[in-house]
Amino acid sequence: MPLIAITDVRKRFGANEVLKGIDLDIEPGEVIAVIGKSGSGKSTLLRCVNGLEMIDGGSIMVAGAQLLPDDLHLRALRMKVGMIFQQFNLFPHLTAGRNVMLSPMVVKKTPKGEAEVIARKMLERVGLAAKFDAYPDQLSGGQQQRVAIARALAMAPIALLCDEITSALDPELVNEVLTVVGELASEGMTLMMVTHEMRFAREVCDRVVFMHQGRVHEIGPPEQVFSAPKTPELQQFLGAA
Amino acid sequence: MTAFTTWDILRNLLLAARWTILLSLAAFIGGGVVGMLVLMMRTSRSGFLRGLSGGYIELFQGTPLLMQLFLAFFGLALLGINVPSWLAAGIALTLWSSAFLAEIWRGCVESLPKGQWEASASLAMRYTEQMRYVILPQALQVAIAPTVGFSVQVVKGTALTSIIGFVELSKAGTIITNATFQPFTVYGFVALIYFALCWPLSKSSQLLERKLNAAHRHH
Repeated sequence: MPLIAITDVRKRFGANEVLKGIDLDIEPGEVIAVIGKSGSGKSTLLRCVNGLEMIDGGSIMVAGAQLLPDDLHLRALRMKVGMIFQQFNLFPHLTAGRNVMLSPMVVKKTPKGEAEVIARKMLERVGLAAKFDAYPDQLSGGQQQRVAIARALAMAPIALLCDEITSALDPELVNEVLTVVGELASEGMTLMMVTHEMRFAREVCDRVVFMHQGRVHEIGPPEQVFSAPKTPELQQFLGAA
Repeated sequence: MTAFTTWDILRNLLLAARWTILLSLAAFIGGGVVGMLVLMMRTSRSGFLRGLSGGYIELFQGTPLLMQLFLAFFGLALLGINVPSWLAAGIALTLWSSAFLAEIWRGCVESLPKGQWEASASLAMRYTEQMRYVILPQALQVAIAPTVGFSVQVVKGTALTSIIGFVELSKAGTIITNATFQPFTVYGFVALIYFALCWPLSKSSQLLERKLNAAHRHH
């Protein structure tokens, strides 16, 4: 049984249909890269999976939790799926440690001491054990993004969604974030990532999804998608990218 | 006929100023509490609550405070509810300031990046949890300066309650003028007392604004 089951998902913004019936099943432990031009609907698809955008048709199931627009279902789904954003979105009024502790304490009612233990462990996992008491604006972009990863991990999700998580970083900071993501992948975390890092997608991902005009245009293992693209659109995209 | 010394005038005005201060505090605190409720409705996900609170804000921002005082005082009396002038003044000023405070704070809430909402939502927080732990702590820091600034409007707004017979600083000025026939002296003092109340508030609002901008946020 797939961990994430996306079935005939449709989404429109006004008259503009951005997702025109997406079918995609993701198995536990799979690492999926979603690539495509801007406007192809790849970010929207990712945002739909944890309910930041409401779908207009079809269904999304994550480990048996269905995406429905009420608070109870959304909460159940979001406990299972973490999300990392392009702009990090750390809470600037809290230290790195507090950023990681907040949600376990508030949502899961984890006692403070226990939450701190989890937070220290998660920050250590992303190589930032020493930055527990630093505020976000005292950290580099790469460090902030790693705190954001630790923050998502603290909720013990079974899958992580990564929305262009290295696109806002200076080139020399990209690798420290990708290294962390690569480690997560090798530990068996299920990942669905929208990315422009083709080399990373090729090395780490199990399958690559090429989206074009709101549809899954081509899908397959990275060597097939990158080395033997079947459609002219993908050939053109890879040529340009 | 008794003669009024300048000290008599000033002393009576200062005694009346206590009521101006008390009414200002009541309106400001009451307005803050009601305003926070209106703010929660105004930024909620329910279209009905947003519409309702929007209408409330429009109503109180779109009509003169004087009319609101008249309606609270005479309107309730017409319905058979006899409201003393201090209560009518307190209610009207509370509702009036709640509408303005809610709107000031909404601006502060909306000045935060959308990513703060999205990140906290993706961490499975409910609306009230997002507000309490993520949005309000940041928004209130932005809100301190304009909120203190608005308190000046509340102090000056209390002057209008003299019309419905509440004896605060302005009303006391009128009464004393009628007895002393020295309008210039009396109202001069009245104005000075208002200034002494408002100037520290607006000055501290400016200082806070500069300080919070310089520190940007936190620590």
